[in-house]
Amino acid sequence: MNFEFSDEQKQMGAEARRFLAAKCPTTAVRAVLESDQPYDQALWAGLAEMGFLGVVIPEEYGGLGLGYLELCVIAEEMGRALAPVPFSSSVFLATEFLLAAGSDAQKAAWLPKLAAGDAIGTFAHAERAGAVTPRTIQLVAAEGRLTGAKTAVPDGEIADFAIVAARSAPGSDSRGISLYLVELTQSAVTRTTLQTIDPSRGHARLDFAGAQAELLGAAGEGWSILEQVFDRAAILTAFEQIGGADRALEMGRDYALERMAFGRPIGSFQAIKHMLADMYVSATLARSNGYYGAWALSTGAAELPEAAATARVSATQAFQHCAKNNIQVHGGMGFTWAFDCHLFYRRSNLLALNLGSQSTWEDKLIARLRARNAA
Amino acid sequence: MNFDDTPAEATFRAEVRAWIDANAPKELKADLESSGFGNMELKGVDPMAAAKAWQKKKAEAGWACLHWPKEYGGRGATPIERVIWGQEEAPYGALGGIFIIGQGMCGPTVMAFASEEQKRRYLPPLAAGEEVWCQLFSEPAGGSDLAGLRTRAEPAKDGSGDWIINGQKIWTSGAHYSDMAILITRTDPTVPKHKGLTMFFLSMKTPGIEIRPIKQANGQSGFNEVYFTDVRIPDAQRLGAVGDGWKVSLTTLMNERLSIGSGMSSGFPELFELCCRIETENGLAVDDPAVRSKLANWAVKTTGLKYTGFRALSALSRGETPGPENSIGKLVAGPAMQEIAMFAEDLQAQAGIISDPAIAAANGRFQAMLLRSPATRVEGGTDEILRNIIAERVLGLPGDIRVDKDVPFNQIPTSGRG
Repeated sequence: MNFEFSDEQKQMGAEARRFLAAKCPTTAVRAVLESDQPYDQALWAGLAEMGFLGVVIPEEYGGLGLGYLELCVIAEEMGRALAPVPFSSSVFLATEFLLAAGSDAQKAAWLPKLAAGDAIGTFAHAERAGAVTPRTIQLVAAEGRLTGAKTAVPDGEIADFAIVAARSAPGSDSRGISLYLVELTQSAVTRTTLQTIDPSRGHARLDFAGAQAELLGAAGEGWSILEQVFDRAAILTAFEQIGGADRALEMGRDYALERMAFGRPIGSFQAIKHMLADMYVSATLARSNGYYGAWALSTGAAELPEAAATARVSATQAFQHCAKNNIQVHGGMGFTWAFDCHLFYRRSNLLALNLGSQSTWEDKLIARLRARNAA
Repeated sequence: MNFDDTPAEATFRAEVRAWIDANAPKELKADLESSGFGNMELKGVDPMAAAKAWQKKKAEAGWACLHWPKEYGGRGATPIERVIWGQEEAPYGALGGIFIIGQGMCGPTVMAFASEEQKRRYLPPLAAGEEVWCQLFSEPAGGSDLAGLRTRAEPAKDGSGDWIINGQKIWTSGAHYSDMAILITRTDPTVPKHKGLTMFFLSMKTPGIEIRPIKQANGQSGFNEVYFTDVRIPDAQRLGAVGDGWKVSLTTLMNERLSIGSGMSSGFPELFELCCRIETENGLAVDDPAVRSKLANWAVKTTGLKYTGFRALSALSRGETPGPENSIGKLVAGPAMQEIAMFAEDLQAQAGIISDPAIAAANGRFQAMLLRSPATRVEGGTDEILRNIIAERVLGLPGDIRVDKDVPFNQIPTSGRG
């Protein structure tokens, strides 16, 4: 039994933690949150230099050519630091779509730039409120041109290109959906920055007026590729959430030790202790479920879809639970702009939605467990 | 990252599997697999006799108490070998239920504090299941506050050096079939409560001991009250120094927490199965989004516990001590089991009222679970005590303010004397 990250992988995580502690204190997160600056460019350049933007990209495309376990430990540190950079868009989504379905030419054109941090990529599929299903994707693709709009696109304001889910055959079923690679710098694309619950990570509306686009993967396979890539991204995001949950728990614990009320540290009251113990329980379950996902991702196990949904549901629960109760432990101070609690609260709620809602993933988890039991 | 055995572990597993395959009581397998919630129902076989026979067979071949030294009836095995044994022994491991307290808690305490001669006399029959032990700790006035116990041990007035025991214990599992016991007593009520305790071991056949079964809220009887009236124990059966009983008891309790690998059941697989069979107005329950949401919550708890256990096993496999994450097991599984039972009942609606295994869905499993689960959240540390333990020992938060800490025991207010 070796259900643990290797010493080398842990060392890589420790290195990432040291780097982020120096380059990404919460003041850096606030700098993005409180200004028009869409992301921390210096941090992004530093991450590229460390090789963290191309961990799983093969060496022939300028990446480190390492495995997903290495990427998981880095994702955890990015979550812990609330890094205000397009890491998840570029690394968990754009890179994964290219690796899963890109042609050799598309990979050669974009992967080296992604690895070097010279290009930022993202993914766009949502068009309206409510869960994204094949029926809700109505942006039209015809003769290599896209017409329609996508909303809440992460890093849509700054990305150089996006993978866009579009309807290439009329109707409502999943077989009419294809993926397209679209350069966002062209004039047929209009970007509108959106006001969001977590301004430390930018989101935009993208309007396509006959924008030039090239097919990514086979026509009509868009939905199935999307599901596969989302499973992978869910596991990587789970580690980001695990990192955030751990840090929120630590903040709550530290404050409970230091804050005095009624003549004693508030951490000596059982009401506070039990709240923190329950946060520890959620964080521990999420970590163990995350390891399950990491194992499935790194080995390509047949269980990957259910492992992904398990990791995702558990990590979303844990980060939301720890972030909201961290504010509760802090009392009134936790609701001030000056304290960092809200940074974690905002991020936990952003990450709970960015790959589809919790109820969507709960539904997937049970459907997948059922399919496995029936098999 | 993988779930594979190391080559040495694989060799050991193969050896264990071959021995179990050749020696296990296979005729009991089906009954053992369907038993649960405190009941071992073996058709036409006395569970006690079956348990003792299997334990004896294991001991003779060197498979009892694997991690104990050979001279005390064990095998000198590593912790991970013990876990592998447990995985392979399932479902026959359920036969060992009556030995868990003796071998898991009393044995290690005897090993740490008894004389060499006593260890050689008592440990091998304990390992072989020839003598069953119980643990006389909890009292009516001392449950979570164990150190508040009141059973007295006083020096005999005849100058023999013996001790005379008077008082009452409660919640003693298996006292009615035990041969031996460890017993924690108060030897000095004039000092603060943790300082006046002393540990002994004794035969349950000693004159002056009276055992009364407790009828539980779910109708079963797995526990007892044990009364002591002028029970005489030789000083040679003292474990640890006079006044050191609290320290000795921590050895016992620490061993309880170290036993891992068994993994508590939450009842999730059974609930999932029920949801795949039970019809609602809109089709199968499992296809209802509201049901799915609830199921997903219990699914990730169950899976999370499973893989938390795997992380602990990985540490053992590397020869390390598992981290504190293992302390969450009962705190997660206990309440989950109760919630799952209630939800399974809700799905059955009126029919859920019926507990008769011959009629009720899943042989009345959820009804039995419903009635048993309150105990799971109390026994071996209540949910609240477990949260205190996590908060204090894992997160490093301050201990509770204990108003009785430095007060002589006989001056502490109690429910009785206000």
